[in-house]
Amino acid sequence: MGAQIRVYRQKIASTTSTRKIFKAMELIATSRIGKARSRVSAALPYANAITRAVSAVSSQSEIDHPLTTEHGEVRRAAVLVLSSDRGLAGSYSASALKEAEGLFEVLRSEGKEVHSYLIGRKAQQYFDFRRRDYERVWTGGTDAPEFETAREVGEALLSTFLADFEEGGVDEIHIVYTKFRSMVVQEPSVLRLLPLEVVEEDVQQSGELLPLYEYEPEPEQVLDALLPRYIESRIFATMLQSAASELAARQRAMKSAGDNATELIKKYTRLRNTARQAEITQELSEIVAGADALSAS
Amino acid sequence: MASNGELEVEIVAADHFVWSGAARSVSARTANGDIGILPGHTPILAVLEAGELAVEPVSGERLVVGVDGGFFSVDANRVVIVADNAQVGGSVPSEAV
Repeated sequence: MGAQIRVYRQKIASTTSTRKIFKAMELIATSRIGKARSRVSAALPYANAITRAVSAVSSQSEIDHPLTTEHGEVRRAAVLVLSSDRGLAGSYSASALKEAEGLFEVLRSEGKEVHSYLIGRKAQQYFDFRRRDYERVWTGGTDAPEFETAREVGEALLSTFLADFEEGGVDEIHIVYTKFRSMVVQEPSVLRLLPLEVVEEDVQQSGELLPLYEYEPEPEQVLDALLPRYIESRIFATMLQSAASELAARQRAMKSAGDNATELIKKYTRLRNTARQAEITQELSEIVAGADALSAS
Repeated sequence: MASNGELEVEIVAADHFVWSGAARSVSARTANGDIGILPGHTPILAVLEAGELAVEPVSGERLVVGVDGGFFSVDANRVVIVADNAQVGGSVPSEAV
């Protein structure tokens, strides 16, 4: 057999097996998106209830809570970047990191020092490779976030927010995440977490007025208990959105990888057939030429 | 909206929906002590302590939910209980992932 044909056969075989992997990953991502999206909507009632309560307390009582008041001078900002643990999701992590880069630049140009908090192994690798410092990193389970992780992140961010500047505290906190618009559109976005602006675009504000609540124990304590929960729920919501986006991006990337593999297989099959035909033609002409030479002698 | 002597109760946990329905009364433990909510209660926003929360539904059996912190709000006979971790009857898993 000609060397050319063997090379093409090998290429076809290897492309076929990688195509199987792409197909499998595409199917896995597709089946998980549904679940991720239903988790996004499952977390909505909690977010709605908590947002309503927080806005009720903060609008009705004249409390200066540390979480809602702007620090006079913003000298240091924390940025939480949500990326994925694994690649093979197209430009998902890259575009989130690009968005984060943009934010870093804006913050630095405003004269703020930036502290980074990372979620996902891709962000960690990005920072490690560039030898940049980050405060903390959480990895594992970016495609199926746990509320426990959100709570941990929330606690870490809250404690640095409440710390004084001299002790390494920050004056504001931003989150870079990927918003899940639809199966085809996921856009990286930035959200300022702290100081709080109590507005939630996902919450449908009903026209009714918020009732005048009584508080138990005191409004301050209620707010103390509510705000950390509110922050956790916001972080959890962005994590769920990012997870859904990651899966959608992965599904799309794997689909196009699979399509490209199919294209390649087609091309190599053509080339292999041509090579085989050329070999046959050559053998025939050799035989004919040999016979001619014999009969001529 | 239930205004004729019934409470409209909704229990939500951080990552899932727990229970909703009409109820005759709700009793819960707050930072200041136990509180009972009957229809027509004045609007209140209170912090929940870890403990059990009992809902007396209009139909069906008394529902006991174990919570480990959270808060609840009452307005116009609508009770929204937001628990960090809610377990109905103390045995149902918070979420089968």
